[in-house]
Amino acid sequence: MTAPYEQQAPIWQGGQPLGSYVSPIPVRRATLGDAVASEWTKIRSVRSTMWTLGVMVVLMVGVGVLVAWGVSLSEAALGADSALPLGFFGVLLGSICVITLGVLTIASEYGTGMIRTTLTACPSRGRVLAAKSIVFFLLVLTITTVTAALVGAIQVAMLDGRAATGQEWVRATLGVGLFMALLGLLSLAVGSLIRHSAGAITLMIGVVLLPLVMAMFMFSSSLVDVQEALFEYSIPSQISVLYDVSMTGSGPNGWDPVFIAAAATAAVMGFAFFALNRRDV
Amino acid sequence: MIEAVGLTKRYGAKTAVYNLSFQVRPGTVTGFLGPNGSGKSTTMRMILGLDQPTAGHVTVGGHPFRELPNAPRQVGALLDAKAVHGGRSARNHLLSLAQLSGIPAARVDEVLGVVGLQEVARRRSSGFSLGMGQRLGIAAALLGDPQVLLFDEPVNGLDPEGILWVRNLMKQLASEGRTVFVSSHLMSEMAVTAEHLIVIGRGQLLSDMSVRDFISHNSADFARVRPADTDPGAREKLVAALGEAGGQVLSERDGALRVTGLPLPRISDLAHESDVRLWELSPHQASLEEAYMRLTQNAVDYRSTADQLAGFAPPPQPGYGGQLYEPPVVPEVPTQGWYAPPPPGENPYASDGPPPAQAPAQAPAQAPVAPPVPPLKAAATAPAPVTAGPAPASAADLVKHVSDEKPDRTAKPDESDAKTETTEDAR
Repeated sequence: MTAPYEQQAPIWQGGQPLGSYVSPIPVRRATLGDAVASEWTKIRSVRSTMWTLGVMVVLMVGVGVLVAWGVSLSEAALGADSALPLGFFGVLLGSICVITLGVLTIASEYGTGMIRTTLTACPSRGRVLAAKSIVFFLLVLTITTVTAALVGAIQVAMLDGRAATGQEWVRATLGVGLFMALLGLLSLAVGSLIRHSAGAITLMIGVVLLPLVMAMFMFSSSLVDVQEALFEYSIPSQISVLYDVSMTGSGPNGWDPVFIAAAATAAVMGFAFFALNRRDV
Repeated sequence: MIEAVGLTKRYGAKTAVYNLSFQVRPGTVTGFLGPNGSGKSTTMRMILGLDQPTAGHVTVGGHPFRELPNAPRQVGALLDAKAVHGGRSARNHLLSLAQLSGIPAARVDEVLGVVGLQEVARRRSSGFSLGMGQRLGIAAALLGDPQVLLFDEPVNGLDPEGILWVRNLMKQLASEGRTVFVSSHLMSEMAVTAEHLIVIGRGQLLSDMSVRDFISHNSADFARVRPADTDPGAREKLVAALGEAGGQVLSERDGALRVTGLPLPRISDLAHESDVRLWELSPHQASLEEAYMRLTQNAVDYRSTADQLAGFAPPPQPGYGGQLYEPPVVPEVPTQGWYAPPPPGENPYASDGPPPAQAPAQAPAQAPVAPPVPPLKAAATAPAPVTAGPAPASAADLVKHVSDEKPDRTAKPDESDAKTETTEDAR
């Protein structure tokens, strides 16, 4: 088996084939699957992955157990409420870790210069970004879904409240996992556009926290509509929607947060693909 | 084969590479030389499709890099030894690259053996020295066993054993019929590694020829002739005879003559005919370094100057015999005139080089020998006109001027010579 390149090699002045060396290593076209394997090797072989995801699991489980313990000590029982929504606080904290990992997955390549080595080994830049996105999305989806289920099970076992329905369980586990993974993917796209770890992480934390903080201080009555929109569509309140404890009566409900996150991520990811293909690295 | 046609890259207002056309052929090691900031790395990045050229194009094997089928199996590159994630082990770094290129994982251990990093393969690469980083970068370049190899400064930070290894590796890769394109600042290394040279300065092509042609084209070869001191008038007689025979004669500081354009036996014959005894007649072979320096002297962007420490010197002590320490004044273009001028048409910068330095305050009364030459320099070393190709007849005149000035020169402190040497070393 020889390189197809060898056969179609153009001839230059001397009439010699271009480069006479033929490698004994069999040549085959690299595919997206190869790129996914490579990105999996990359993401599992750096410590930041273990640290950010480890901290996220510890935060989600730790905060979930603490909240459940606090509720169990208090006088007021849950009564007709389910224990599931208590997982919200851990997820909110854990989202910071997911954002950090999402940004680092691509921005660290720019920070170290590794991106040049990567793109020399794979000139198809879209394939590299797609492989990174797939590996990161599946990793975060799996870990957050499993952790959210674990936290929900612990809280339900510690407190007696209304038994949650199957729908509620799916949204509080797979729904939360999807939303977190999409938030991380959005961070990855932002990291690819900004190409600087600290800048992209700061921007994403601002995106998570700023709308809520701004809405809190909009006292003017003429801004009431804006205030309401910021409250309803801020990321913390969208997470709460997945737990069926919306801050306001109107706004997104059910699976809407996941669809909104998917649309926003797709748009920014589109820009990221476009920019990566066009820019110098 | 790598082929660049009219390659141009602008970053905003700065033109990094301008209208660069060259070919890198298989089977030989091609050196890529140029001063700092001359656009070598930019060119390499454009070859690898990392930077998009503003104009022109560059192809590898007839295709632009990003359209190559199986690019990592055809082109391997070492751009920057530190372009790895420091938290990843050497083996995992190479494994991820191998997987990305569809190369069997067994190849990773092979190249780790080739570069001698098996012992540290599982250590995080942030702890690697510069030399180990270079070896890791070379391993990544060799991973796909490609036909075309690019190395940007591969011997940086390597120990002598490593330098020898890289030299033999390059030669071996080329002898297997591969295209090897290497940039380096180590001229002595280039002279024994490369067969062909591409030299750029300020983003433009200065030279594209074999190493041997390069040295002879930009040669500073000369014969050193020292007439006997005991014989007054012999010197002038010899200079006249050499000038008539078509040689170019420059005077050296200690009274010896630098003769170019005449073979050694002919110089000896001429001396014999004009009845002049010689105490020295020695050939001075130009090295690649000298030829390179001469070609690029006007294309150097970042030139070091002596550290003057002006303003920090203590105020002159009264009663110190009136002798004040004067900080050395270094001419702005110290090498101007040190090397013989390049042949006409060879150097695009010959006509629009930097303007000559202002006459230093130390030598205000000195008449300039040739207008473009800084006077201090002209006096301290052998002068050479900057304008290309002096006619043989004028060479004698030139020497005459220098000998006229001799008293002036000897009156000056010796430090002027030392200054020049320092500047050259620093560069």
